[in-house]
Amino acid sequence: MAGLQPGAVRAGGPDGGSNDSLLATQGVRKSFGGVSAVAGVDLAIGRGEILGLVGPNGAGKTTLFNCISGQERHDGGTIQFKGTSLDGLPTYKRARLGIGRTYQRVEVFPDLTVEDHLIVAERARHGDGRLWKDLCARSAPRPQELDNVIQVLELVDLVELRHTPVSALGLGMCRLVELARALIRRPDLLMADEPSSGLDVHETRELANVLRTLQRERGMAVLLVEHDLGMVSEVVDRTIVMDLGQVIASGTFDEVMANSDVRRAYLGVAT
Amino acid sequence: MERFLDFGIPGIPYGCAYALFAVGLVLTYQTTGVFNFAFGAQAFASAFVFIVLVQNAGLPIWLSFVIAVVIGAPLLGLIFDRFLFRRIPNTNTTAKVVTGIALLVAIPTLLPVIFGNQTLYNPPTLFFNQSIVYFTLAGYPVNGHDLSVVVVTAVVLSALLVVMRFTSLGVRMRAAVESRRLVELDGGNAGRVVSIAWAMSSLLAGLAGVLLAPAYPELQAQNFITLMVAAIAAAACASLRSLPRAVVFGILLGVVSLLLQGYIPTQTIFYSSALPSIPFIVLVLALLFVPGLRDLGVNKDPMSSVDTPMPPLAAAIRSPQMNRIMRTLWLTILAFFVISMLTWIPANWENVFNSGLAFSTLFLSITMITGMGGQLSLAQGTLAGVGAFVAVQLGNHLGVNMVVGMLIGAGAAATIAIVLALLSLRLKGLGLALMTLAAALFFDSSVFPVHGFTGGQSGVNLQQSWSAPFNFYETSGHQFFILAMVVLTLVVFMVVLVRRGTVGRYLGAIRGSETASAGLGINLTWQRLLVFALSGGVAGVGGTLLVINTQNANPNQFNYQLSLVFVVIVITTGVTTVEGAIQGGIGFVVIQQLLTYVPSRFQGLTVVLFAAGALTYARHPEGIVEFAKRKSTLLLQHHLSGGARLEDQPGGTPGSGGSAQAEGPSGSVARPPLSQSTLGAERG
Repeated sequence: MAGLQPGAVRAGGPDGGSNDSLLATQGVRKSFGGVSAVAGVDLAIGRGEILGLVGPNGAGKTTLFNCISGQERHDGGTIQFKGTSLDGLPTYKRARLGIGRTYQRVEVFPDLTVEDHLIVAERARHGDGRLWKDLCARSAPRPQELDNVIQVLELVDLVELRHTPVSALGLGMCRLVELARALIRRPDLLMADEPSSGLDVHETRELANVLRTLQRERGMAVLLVEHDLGMVSEVVDRTIVMDLGQVIASGTFDEVMANSDVRRAYLGVAT
Repeated sequence: MERFLDFGIPGIPYGCAYALFAVGLVLTYQTTGVFNFAFGAQAFASAFVFIVLVQNAGLPIWLSFVIAVVIGAPLLGLIFDRFLFRRIPNTNTTAKVVTGIALLVAIPTLLPVIFGNQTLYNPPTLFFNQSIVYFTLAGYPVNGHDLSVVVVTAVVLSALLVVMRFTSLGVRMRAAVESRRLVELDGGNAGRVVSIAWAMSSLLAGLAGVLLAPAYPELQAQNFITLMVAAIAAAACASLRSLPRAVVFGILLGVVSLLLQGYIPTQTIFYSSALPSIPFIVLVLALLFVPGLRDLGVNKDPMSSVDTPMPPLAAAIRSPQMNRIMRTLWLTILAFFVISMLTWIPANWENVFNSGLAFSTLFLSITMITGMGGQLSLAQGTLAGVGAFVAVQLGNHLGVNMVVGMLIGAGAAATIAIVLALLSLRLKGLGLALMTLAAALFFDSSVFPVHGFTGGQSGVNLQQSWSAPFNFYETSGHQFFILAMVVLTLVVFMVVLVRRGTVGRYLGAIRGSETASAGLGINLTWQRLLVFALSGGVAGVGGTLLVINTQNANPNQFNYQLSLVFVVIVITTGVTTVEGAIQGGIGFVVIQQLLTYVPSRFQGLTVVLFAAGALTYARHPEGIVEFAKRKSTLLLQHHLSGGARLEDQPGGTPGSGGSAQAEGPSGSVARPPLSQSTLGAERG
C-alpha cells in the first residue's frame, strides 16, 4: 500500500468539492506509520444523495469515515461539511453539525437500554446535559422525547424491545439500535459503515427501504460503506470505488461495476 | 566534581534496585500482557518466607533460598496465572489492574495470618556480606549489598536479553502477548508459554525481594511496594517495552535522586518535600509525554474481532422486581438501624457504625468515579485527605464552622480532582490507574508530611469550638450520627439523581463506547471533568466526616495503601450501586471491629476478605456481593413465582455483567422481522 502517489484518480464527478455539496473532501490523506490508508481522496455528496462507497478489504473506507467523523485526524487535505471546514474540529462538534454514523464493529452502550440509547442521542444533539437539571430531578424523559424515540424505533421495528438492555440483544439487532440512535438525531448526513452485516437477507432489504424512505421524506444524505453489493445497487444514486486508499472509479453502480480497474481490484485480474 | 561523584556513585546501586524492579515490571508486561501491580508484594512474600526460614526455622541460607525463591516464587506466579490472570480476557485491562491491586493489598496482610505476626530484623545477605567493604570507588566504599545488587542486575538483564532475543521461547512469549489465539492457531501452546513467562517474572520478583531486603533494617511490605511504585517510573520511561532502557532509566533515577539530594540545600522545602517525590513526578511526566504510554492497555490482538465485546465496568441494570425487593429490605434495615443507634446500641459500636457512615460517604466517591464514570482512580483516599485537612485547618485557624469547612474542603478536593483529570485526559485504564497512583504517592511524600497543613505524623486535633452548633464529642455519639446520616443521605440523593439524569446516561454511554459517544455529540472531556470533580467533592466530604468522628486528622488515614484498599472494598461490594458503597463502608468497620476479638495475627483478614472478593472482578464486574444479592433475589422470585425460568427476568441474570452481543442467537431476545415502517407512521 505504501508508496502510492496520492490522488492518482480523482472522483466525485464534476461536482467534486463544489460549494453546493453537503460534504466535500479534497485530497484527504491518512497514514499509519509507513502505510498510506487514505491517499488523497476527493469526494462530494449532495443533500439527499445516497452515495455508495465500496472496495475490497483494506481499501481505506473505514479510515476515510473516521477522518470525516473526527475519530482519526487526517494528515492532509480538507473536509468541508455544509460549507464549514471540519479540519481540527473534535468529533462531538462534527456530530452536532449534523453528521450521524454507525460503525463497522458495532459500538453500543451495554449498560443502557434501547430507549436510553436514543434518549442519549436525542439530548446530545441539543448539547443538553446540565448538571443542575439532574440535581433538581428535571431529567426524566419528556413526552416529546419518548414520542420521538417510539417513532424512530418503529422505523427499525424495535419498539417492543425498547426497555431491553442492549447487552441482551444479538449482533443484528445491535446494528439496528446503532442505526436508530443515529437516525433520532435527524442527521443531514448518515454515514453507515457496513450496516447490513449481521442482518439476514430480508432484514437487509428492509434496511434498504428505510434508507430510501429517509432520503425521500427527510432529504437525508447517506454515505454507505457496504460489502453487500446487491444492497448497494438497490439504494445508491451514485457509487465510488476505493482501492489502496484511492478512488479508482466513480459513477452509477452499473458503470463502476463495468469498469476494468474495479474488476481488477476485486478479482485481481492480471493486466 | 568530587561532590558529584560522592553522591552519584552511591546512586548506582540505589538505581540498580529500581532497575531490577523495573525490569521485572517490563518483563511481566511484555511476556504476559499484565501490568503486575503485585510484583512488589511478590518480592516481599519471598523475602518474608526466606527470612522466616533462615531466622526462625534455622535452615541454611542456600536451602531457604531454594524454597523461597527457586520454588516458592515461580509457584506463586503459576498460581496467579492459572487461577486468576488466565481467566481474564486479554482485552479486559480494568480486570487485570483490579486483580493486581487486590493481590498487592492482600499478600502483605495474608502472610502474618499464615505465619503469625513476625517482626523480622536484619535480613541476611544473599551473596556478598553486607558488612564487608570489598573495594572503594572514587572514595565510595562498595559493600556486599551494593556489589550484589549491581552484579545481579547485570546478570539478570543479560540473561533476559538472551532469552527474549535469541531463543524461540522469547519469540513465542512476545507473540503470545500480541495474541494468544494466533499462537494457538499456529500450533503453539500459548498457555504453557504464558505460564513460563509468569514463572520467570515471579522468580525475578523473588530474587529481587531477597536481594534487596538487607537494604532495610526491618522487613516491611511498605518498603517493597514504595520501591516498586518508584520503579514504575523507570519502566514507564522505557514505554514498558525495552528491558535495557528500563535498566538505564532505573539507574538514572537512582543517580539523579541522590545527586539532587547532594545539591539541594537541606532545610529547604525542596529537600524535605520535593525530593521523596521525584520518582512519582517522573512517572507523571512519563505518562504525559512518553508517546507509547498513551495507548496503554489498548487491545492490539488481531484476533480481537472474534472476541465477545469487552464487558462494561459493571452491569448497572437490575430487574425492577429486584429493585423493589431491595428497596423494601433497605428501608426496613434503615429504620431498624436508626432506632437502634439512638436507643440501645452501646457507645463503642455506635462509634464503629458512625465511622462506617463516614466511610460509606467516602466510598460513594468511588461509586461515582468508577461505577458511573468507568474510570479506575487510585487516589480517592488522597482526595478525602485534602478535603479533611482543608476543613480542619479552616476551623482551627479561621474558626470556620465545620459544616461550611466541609463544603470548602469538598471544593478543594474537587479542584485537585479536576487537575488530576486534566493531567490524565488522554489516559484510560492502566494509564489512569498509574497516574492516580502517582498522584496519591506524591501527596503522601510531599504534601501530607507538610507540618503546617497536616500536623505531620501526629496529625491535627480538631478543636471543639468550631463544631458548633453540634456537640460531636458527646460520648453517646448521637449528634455525629445524625450529622453523618444527613450528609450521607444528601450524597446518596445526589448520586442517584445524577445517575438517573442526563449526565448519568451520558456516563453510561461513555463507559460503553467512547467512540460512539463522541460520535453522538457528547463532549467527553467535559463529562470526564464533571465526574472527577463530583467524585473528588464527595471524597472530600467523606474525609471530613471521618476526621470529625476520630477528632483528629492524620495523614495515615489517607495514605495510598488505604486508597487501594478502598477501591478493593467497593469493587467487592458493588461499584455501580449506592448500597454497594454503604455495605462497603459499614462492612469494612464492622469486620475490623469483630476481628479485635480474635488473636492479633488475624486482624489483616478484613483486607484479605475484600481483596479475595475483588479477585472475582473479571467474572463479576458488578461485585461479588452484588452478584450474590442478585442471585438470591432471583432464587427468591423463582421460588415465589412457582418456578418461572430465571432467564426470563430482564437484566437480572446473575453474572450477565458483560453478556455479549456477539454471542449470536443463543440468549438473545427474539425480534420480529422488520415491517414496512414508513415515515408516514413515524409522523403520525
